[in-house]
Amino acid sequence: MVEEASEQFDTIIVGAGLAGLAAAYTLAGEGLEVLVLERGDYPGAKNVTGGRIYLNPIRDMFPDIWQKAPLERYITHEEVCLMDRERSVTVRYDGLELNTEPYQSYSILRGKFDKWLAKQAERKGAIIVSKSPVDELIIENGKVMGVMAGGEELRANVVIACDGVLSFVARKAGLRQPSLSKNFAVGLKEVIEIDRGVLEERFNLEGNEGVARLFMGDVTAGKFGGGFLYTNQESLSLGIVVGIDALTEEYPEIKAPELLDRFKQRPEIARLIKGGATVEYSAHVIPEGGLKAMGKLYGDGILVAGDAAGFSMNIGVTVRGMEYAMASGYYAAQTVIQAKAKKDFTKAALSAYETLLNSSFVLTDFKNFQESLATLEYPPLFKHYPELALNIMKDLYSVPAGPKVRLFPTVKKYMSMSEIWSMVQVGRRMMKI
Amino acid sequence: MVYGAGREEDDEDMSEGLGLKAKLGLDVFKADKEFHIKIKTGQERDMRLKKAILVCPAGLYSENEKGEVVISVDGCLECGTCLLVCGDELLGWHYPRGGAGVQFRFG
Repeated sequence: MVEEASEQFDTIIVGAGLAGLAAAYTLAGEGLEVLVLERGDYPGAKNVTGGRIYLNPIRDMFPDIWQKAPLERYITHEEVCLMDRERSVTVRYDGLELNTEPYQSYSILRGKFDKWLAKQAERKGAIIVSKSPVDELIIENGKVMGVMAGGEELRANVVIACDGVLSFVARKAGLRQPSLSKNFAVGLKEVIEIDRGVLEERFNLEGNEGVARLFMGDVTAGKFGGGFLYTNQESLSLGIVVGIDALTEEYPEIKAPELLDRFKQRPEIARLIKGGATVEYSAHVIPEGGLKAMGKLYGDGILVAGDAAGFSMNIGVTVRGMEYAMASGYYAAQTVIQAKAKKDFTKAALSAYETLLNSSFVLTDFKNFQESLATLEYPPLFKHYPELALNIMKDLYSVPAGPKVRLFPTVKKYMSMSEIWSMVQVGRRMMKI
Repeated sequence: MVYGAGREEDDEDMSEGLGLKAKLGLDVFKADKEFHIKIKTGQERDMRLKKAILVCPAGLYSENEKGEVVISVDGCLECGTCLLVCGDELLGWHYPRGGAGVQFRFG
């Protein structure tokens, strides 16, 4: 076979999400011939995020893009809200470092950002074809040789599967087993447009500052998951994330969209979105299984990156995926660049990808936090403890008609020996994160 | 291109009062030639399908009077939840053809 046949690309990337576009941008920047196949109408058309990207881990991989990237607001206020049925407590963290450049994280809308990033990759020379789903992999003698898309045979030295959380491509390549629902959550989100001035006043923001607020407790009816709110420039991203298995529990039996509606109807939320207009409703599955649920990351002629590889992580205080997607796309690109220099695209050569990921924050994080999902999947954290904390708050703040009970006995009332013992156990449990 | 029906004119508080159908009506969908998710023949009464009724963010699954689970694919957000819950055994599931299905503008 002629190695440089006309239809032979250096790399075919399946999916124009953050992993695919980061890989395309990096490869094209080094002069490699890259084809990105995207099934949506345009890059970003099928992509959903809760709403926040952390730049520190990936800033230097793409030094030229951040200055002009269409991000929403830099997050200067980190908030967490604990809810039970009737009450809530919100903690807001303000730190000077969050309000100092370079900012650590930004709210983001993928429709805007992905389309823009695709343009940057095209400027570097990548070819991006939308409306083009990949139907099959071309596998010869166990090696991935390219893809079939729209009846056309397209060949490449390496295929990078960046086709998202369900990754049919990685499955076809035999790199992963059918997925188990317990390793996934589903996110439901509304983008709610709201007047910029009203938004800034309502959230106490100056200029382009932004808020990220996570919710726990009754927001998911006590099921494993939580809520989120991010301020964009002129809209809010509001939604919930729930473990898929938790949603199928019999008690309390509640449909996913109803959970989101209940959340929106909470007085704490209703007043934040008042006067706003929902402009989009979206939903997406999120891989949360971590290291234990990961498939193989490479094979002969193929690499897997982003959600397709399971690179998304929930550790309670932060839920992250996009940095892992962009970094894995970057490392996949570096691997292909090295492989091309050696003209070796075998599994052995492409194993450099895992080595790169291992020495980076990507797999280091997944190793460090491999117990976090199992640790967080503990029902009392989503029902009993929010209720307990809020009952104590209620009593602390209440001034009855008669004399007020001293503070220590007020708290002590809730702290039986068994309660304290179970809190110690929870503390120990949390030490695994 | 098929745009959603849009907001109800008389719905003053636009974000709060939205029903699921109206919410899906805000999204941009492009028509597909065929249904991209099908319940496999003979599996309609499988208990596991009932879970899809609970998990589907677009509320596309329901039970008919014969006790069979049915799906109406219009409004599918392509999130993948039903596939993870029900698996290949019960569902014929593939993405819509190129350029079809939901097209997120904000995402």
